[in-house]
Amino acid sequence: MGQDAIISVQGLTAAYGDEVILKDVSFEVKRGEVFVILGGSGSGKSTLLKHLIGLFPLVSGEVRIEGDNLATTAGAQRQKILRRFGVAYQSGALFGSMTLKENVNLPLEEFTHLSVEARDVISWMKLKLVGLENFGSHLPAEVSGGMQKRAAIARAMALDPAVLFLDEPSAGLDPITSAELDALILSLREGLGMTFVIVTHELPSIYAVADRVIMLDKEKKGITAEGRPQDLRDRSQDPYVRRFFRREAE
Amino acid sequence: MVQVETVLEVIKEQKGLRLAFSGRLDAKSVAGVWGQALDAVRRGGNISIDASEVEYCDGAGIALLWELQCRGVEEISGLKPEIAKLLEPFAEAKRKDEEQFRRKESTVETIGKAIVELAQDLREQVSFVGQILSVSLRFMRRPRELRWTDVWLTYERAGVQALVVVGLIAFLTGLIMAFQAAPPLSEFGVDLYVVNLVSLAMLRELGPIMTAIVLAGRSGSAFAAEIGTMKVNEEINALTTMGLDPVRFLVAPRVLAGVLVTPVLTIYADLLGVGGGLAVMMGRGYPLVILWRQLVSAVEINDVLAGLIKAFVFGALVAGIGCLRGLQTKSGASAVGISTTRSVVTSIFFIVVVDAIFAVVYYAINF
Repeated sequence: MGQDAIISVQGLTAAYGDEVILKDVSFEVKRGEVFVILGGSGSGKSTLLKHLIGLFPLVSGEVRIEGDNLATTAGAQRQKILRRFGVAYQSGALFGSMTLKENVNLPLEEFTHLSVEARDVISWMKLKLVGLENFGSHLPAEVSGGMQKRAAIARAMALDPAVLFLDEPSAGLDPITSAELDALILSLREGLGMTFVIVTHELPSIYAVADRVIMLDKEKKGITAEGRPQDLRDRSQDPYVRRFFRREAE
Repeated sequence: MVQVETVLEVIKEQKGLRLAFSGRLDAKSVAGVWGQALDAVRRGGNISIDASEVEYCDGAGIALLWELQCRGVEEISGLKPEIAKLLEPFAEAKRKDEEQFRRKESTVETIGKAIVELAQDLREQVSFVGQILSVSLRFMRRPRELRWTDVWLTYERAGVQALVVVGLIAFLTGLIMAFQAAPPLSEFGVDLYVVNLVSLAMLRELGPIMTAIVLAGRSGSAFAAEIGTMKVNEEINALTTMGLDPVRFLVAPRVLAGVLVTPVLTIYADLLGVGGGLAVMMGRGYPLVILWRQLVSAVEINDVLAGLIKAFVFGALVAGIGCLRGLQTKSGASAVGISTTRSVVTSIFFIVVVDAIFAVVYYAINF
């Protein structure tokens, strides 16, 4: 694991039953980087993300976050690793019976000994960061899809994790909200030094925020290209990769 | 608009057969020639298609042409360029092996799969019970960690809001039993023993069972649907990656509420069920004081306890199964419906099985 790497993935193989989705995937994510995982539909982007955050067990290989292997730890140690990262799911996955503020408050309530007042201030600040400070008392069903995604990011940031995993953050959003989300990611990276791992295939967002991308390929069951998005678009030797970044049909 | 039918002419030539299509190859009309075309291909030999008279072709028509290509048709001539373009994407695609494509599962495979699924389900149930026990022990040591607000909310929803339906069912059950038992017993002059019959049946069996079944239908299914929807919406994943154990966070409050509410509802059902029986007897002219004395002489504290012990177990069972089925929900809206149904069916099955075990144990220990 390189010195500035915050996440290290070595030889990751993932499968659902007998069907291997990813085979022998290795890469590193550097601290403070906006790292994008992209690929066509069914290439295993979300599968890779779910294995990175420990939702599914690996068939083989290992994932280290700040040097610790999530798969081989349990109990308090695992909790400690889990608190180093936040996850904002594609659907937002906000708890429907709780208001936006309560959603953001939940990790603070469960994992800190802060007073109610302090927790309220922190959750308000997190909502303010994503522009939802006036919607804290709303239920998820009462706000738009874009607002739900932003609230999910606020909740994922509640404990100030070192890494934020975002699954398709701009999918289904209008171009303006999507651009606002991109700006938010960049400002959080600049302001808080957060590392972002983003799964997406929204090209405008990728060009706007990504420092480095890996591209997954369904046939290869692994990484087919790695680098800066602009470089892959202009200089990749692989015609499929070039076409993907130029949004060209076969 | 005049509908142009697809016409297929099978022409014998020196080289083999030529299938000449004309008219519209669309979903409406292609059905009529599909079988005829395949029959011709099955006869074997060199087969070609003449599509020069085809005016229009939609997805169904393209499917027929591709099917024929897959079955050995070597040449399609005269196809309009715009239609040929629709067929192009499939040119390289290879149809799955016919046997595999249409393969049906054998009975042995179906039975084997069902057994494996049952074994997996049992394993998950055992593991789930273990998780609940482990979490319960933890809460006994640190009760402040339990989400008591959720416990009381669930208690209210499962208990207070079920009072009307549980009460009505219990009252009518007692009433029906008394109505059915009174006439035959009165022939022997012992219709006062209807009180014994109704009270013992309600306290020992029907009170806890009816309550548990109502809870399975109302609350167990609601737990399954609620947790299942959370699973579909990735909320369970969100909890897990936050480091919050779904069993501790979602299941424990519901199971505890179920355990606490079922005995209370059972006592309420017992009272109303016995009340229903007594109401019938009063209608038959027995004064309340006589009925009360008969009731007191018939019922022992053991009878009340026997029902209450069952109620605790049924409460845990119904709530636990509801939550387990919710957590087992797969993806999609229909999966929530399946989980809800499974929770009710499994709960009722286990209520009856556990009740039978109780009956044997009570008999063996003379309780």
